Amino acid sequence: MNHKYIAFETIVIKEIRRFARIWLQTLVPPAMMIGLYFVIFGNLVGRRIGEMGGYQYMEFIVPGLIMMSVIQNSYSNVVSSFFSHKFQHSIEELLVSPVPNYVILCGFVAGGMARGLGVGIIVTLMSLFFVDLAIQNLAITIAVVLLTSIVFSLAGFINALFANSFDDISIVPTFVLTPLIYLGGVFYSVELLPPFWKFVSGLNPIFYMVNTFRYGILGTSDVDIVWAFLILLLFITLLYICCIVLLRRGTGLRS
Amino acid sequence: MTTAISIKNLQKTYANGFEALKGISLEVEQGDFFALLGPNGAGKSTTIGVISTLVNKTSGSVEVFGKNVDTHVYETKLDLGVVPQEVNFSQFEKVRDIVMTQAGYYGMPRQLASERCEKYLRKLGLWEKRSEKSRSLSGGMKRRLMIARALVHEPRLLILDEPTAGVDIELRRSMWEFLTEINKNGTTIILTTHYLEEAEQLCRNIAIIDEGNIIENTSMRKLLAELDSQVFILDTAIEIAADFDLGLENASVRKIDEHSVELLVPGGISINQVFSRFDQLGIKIDSMRNKTNRLEQLFLSKLNDNQN
Repeated sequence: MNHKYIAFETIVIKEIRRFARIWLQTLVPPAMMIGLYFVIFGNLVGRRIGEMGGYQYMEFIVPGLIMMSVIQNSYSNVVSSFFSHKFQHSIEELLVSPVPNYVILCGFVAGGMARGLGVGIIVTLMSLFFVDLAIQNLAITIAVVLLTSIVFSLAGFINALFANSFDDISIVPTFVLTPLIYLGGVFYSVELLPPFWKFVSGLNPIFYMVNTFRYGILGTSDVDIVWAFLILLLFITLLYICCIVLLRRGTGLRS
Repeated sequence: MTTAISIKNLQKTYANGFEALKGISLEVEQGDFFALLGPNGAGKSTTIGVISTLVNKTSGSVEVFGKNVDTHVYETKLDLGVVPQEVNFSQFEKVRDIVMTQAGYYGMPRQLASERCEKYLRKLGLWEKRSEKSRSLSGGMKRRLMIARALVHEPRLLILDEPTAGVDIELRRSMWEFLTEINKNGTTIILTTHYLEEAEQLCRNIAIIDEGNIIENTSMRKLLAELDSQVFILDTAIEIAADFDLGLENASVRKIDEHSVELLVPGGISINQVFSRFDQLGIKIDSMRNKTNRLEQLFLSKLNDNQN
């Protein structure tokens, strides 16, 4: 077996073992939080809202909530795991070994995807208690969720490289990621917004990801699907190049 | 003989302007047991950091078994095992998992990794602890775990940065035996340590680094031969007279108490002459020891010369 593949597999297994070992911190809280969204916003408040974008409010928010859990967990897994390796200096185990930078990156991204998609599946199963999900386009649904998970795993990796303290790994999720998710059309249709805010929403990449995922599940979307996939691929390319350049320079890793 | 490591004009200036290495050059032959000594902040760990690619050098070159570490990354890293000064494994992982993961990073198939893991954990007395979380290990066990981890891919060159710091005497001696054994089996070893007795016992060649410069690079034998005198403490079976005089030219004696004397023996006088003289005077020697470690005496003198 190729030594690079073995190294990649080792990183992925280590990452999965890490978040599985602390499942009470990594898997249960996000699932519980999204469950509360289902009960409060979807069920209790949603019944009074009625329809949104031509669907029952509960049906409308389910894709957004699944995507929200994938984004948050992909990001937080990579940023917290990689920063912990830096903090404990165990990242040196990897840096002294002959693992190429791209294998290190792909290993951590795959770990982030495993947790992001794992929580996404848990949330999807929970949603079945509240709505009947009939996926309209399975290929688009799977493709968009995978690509979105990659984007935020890469973003989490960059955050971890620059982070010097545990505060630094919570700033971006709290002050950047959460507002972008909430304003990314998870809870409302962009058609409800005035033209200016509709335009502003168009600048938010998460808006495209949520709507494309919603298209895959419900069959309707506020955005052009092709455009959304191009944005995703563009982000992946830019973030990947950025990560590789930073790794090569040793930013945040080598003195 | 092949050169295990060749460092040429290595310079490192940190972002804060501190010049840790000022153009050092050093060669270590294959199969050597080499001591890299120096006071704190002298540049030892920076040198190891550059060799193991944990520190970006400012200029110069490093070759491991004739291959440049910048251009032959995979080959040079395969040849290298590093035991750092500080514990650098996850405290939440099990002992076996730490070694197995490292083997995976080196691309070792699972079966081979498992065999090597067992081999080195047994050799280092950690096999019984294999299923325990690493944080539950004692300080000495953590150091041994780092050695097992560094050896799992069986590197040709092993670098140990103060491997016995804080380790008790018994454990330190068992680690010396283990390191001597792997060196005899062909592994080149570079050791940094603050225990000069350790360097003297184990190493054949030595470099002393101070303020970012190599101030001495020679064999242990040649270095120790530079000692122009040695100071011994002798315990005697009978009481020593107050006006005791050994009667050997240039050898001075100072009485410590009734049964012990401090004896300065210049380079030209052999220990046999000293013992003969005591014999002639009818004084039986119970025991004898160096007042200070010989290497320590030289080390301090070299540092003093450099700083003056």
